[in-house]
Amino acid sequence: MQAIIEIGYLLATLSFLGGLKFMSSPKNAKTGNLIAASGMTLAVVITFISAVTETVPYTNLIILFLAIAVGTVVGKRLSDKVEMTGMPQLVSLFNATGGGCAMLLGLVEANQMDAATAILGNKILLISGLITGAVALTGSIIAERKLAGKVKDRRTKLVIFSARFLLLLMFLLPGLYFIGFIPVEFTVFMYILAVIAMVYGVLFVLPIGGADMPVVISLLNSITGIATAFAGFVYGNKVMIAGGIFVGAAGILLTLLMCKAMNRSLMKVLAGTFKKSKGGAVEEEQEIKGISVSETALALSFAQRVAIVPGYGLAVAQAQHTCGQLQQMLEKRNCEVDYIIHPVAGRMPGHMNVLLAEANVEYSRLKEMDEGNENMSQYDMVLVIGANDVVNPAAENNPDSPVYGMPIIRAHESKQVVVMKRSMGKGYAGVQNDLFGLDNCSILFGDAKVSLQEIINQLKLI
Amino acid sequence: MDFINQHIQEIYFVIFCVFIGIEVISNVPAILHTPLMSGANAISGVILVGAIIVMLKVPEDDYLNLTLGGIAVFLGTLNISGGFFVTGRMLKMFSPKKENSK
Repeated sequence: MQAIIEIGYLLATLSFLGGLKFMSSPKNAKTGNLIAASGMTLAVVITFISAVTETVPYTNLIILFLAIAVGTVVGKRLSDKVEMTGMPQLVSLFNATGGGCAMLLGLVEANQMDAATAILGNKILLISGLITGAVALTGSIIAERKLAGKVKDRRTKLVIFSARFLLLLMFLLPGLYFIGFIPVEFTVFMYILAVIAMVYGVLFVLPIGGADMPVVISLLNSITGIATAFAGFVYGNKVMIAGGIFVGAAGILLTLLMCKAMNRSLMKVLAGTFKKSKGGAVEEEQEIKGISVSETALALSFAQRVAIVPGYGLAVAQAQHTCGQLQQMLEKRNCEVDYIIHPVAGRMPGHMNVLLAEANVEYSRLKEMDEGNENMSQYDMVLVIGANDVVNPAAENNPDSPVYGMPIIRAHESKQVVVMKRSMGKGYAGVQNDLFGLDNCSILFGDAKVSLQEIINQLKLI
Repeated sequence: MDFINQHIQEIYFVIFCVFIGIEVISNVPAILHTPLMSGANAISGVILVGAIIVMLKVPEDDYLNLTLGGIAVFLGTLNISGGFFVTGRMLKMFSPKKENSK
């Protein structure tokens, strides 16, 4: 019997690994997801079979099955209902549930175990799992609220100071407790820590800018993974350790990738600071050329190769479908259309790709930044939709600019650039975009979706 | 020290997992980062395994812990089912178009 259980866990662990491996190509990714999901089901069933005995009371079983049934149904419904633009919020929310599970698990386990005989190592593991779980729980909820635009950035000194203070407490208190300085029961101490960690989670995410959320989400994702691994250690359960560590590694990897794409260190992102312009940099007056819808449509009708650079503004305007229509229309006119996607476009890593896939854009048309830059001079026209900082040439040639050093899409090297913008507002970095002043760049003011629709209408007439 | 002796196998295991995990994941292209993240998120729901173990240990009349454990199981299941379903939904959008375009 024991052997069957071990083999089951082994298969589940392998399925996680296989599932992630299959995710590396769009063709196999669906299979990968299925493999991982079946592995997960296997792990849950095996756990139940191995842990259940005839002495387990019915109350426990009823609650257990009820919780699983409700959880499955709610999860399915939430995932069926979500809009693709709301994907980052949902992933963040699911991450919160994982963290919450880890935190509660720590509390219940602490209540169950005999505090007097339990070895120190296990207590430390429980505390670590509890703290990481609680931080992931509240942190993810705040991240979700921020993505939904319900919570604004709070970068006051008080918030930052309290966050640091609580962080210190979380390291200090367990130490003091184990020396015997804090004379409370272990379970009570766990509740105290849970509260501190939950408050820290809130304060930790509050000062971080909305546009840095891709970094934060993947970091929190990785924290949940680590919480899982801690819990796995407590039970000596390898499938939990493996699952947790894989997720932790994936999260950290994506986090660092995002930071690199923004040319900012993780520490700076977390501190919520942005490099200030150096004192002497005076903003030059820009001469901005507007362009009308019909002029844009006319230019597009003559173009042979067009590139679209989508940014978060595209998602906000819900313009991905209209964008897809424009692409199909241009393709009918024998014009080649590519999308060039900056690594941090959207609100979570790879978000823009999902949005465009939803609008039936073939993934072979989605070019990564480097590939797009190599062929930039061949594009007759580049349409920048709802993106700003990622096409700012100052990042390459103005060392005084706050965005200097950030890898950008070199839209300015194409023959003509049209930027669709709502207003002359600045991008997230709050800097003037040198692109707008260039000779080959003009700006089409207005809502991206409306403008795109009008271009399509005009193109039909041409 | 007891702790190290008891857990040395797991410690080896963690180290190998870290390297294998990084190796596997670093090959995922940027276009699949969102599904990767939401899939990984679902996998972290394996914490449910722990919640089930603890749930079966709680005494019948310990209502506080039964409630907390029940919520933990619910949250863990939600994480898993939601995570995999939503990943599946996203990936569905990536795959069928390829066949159409041929």
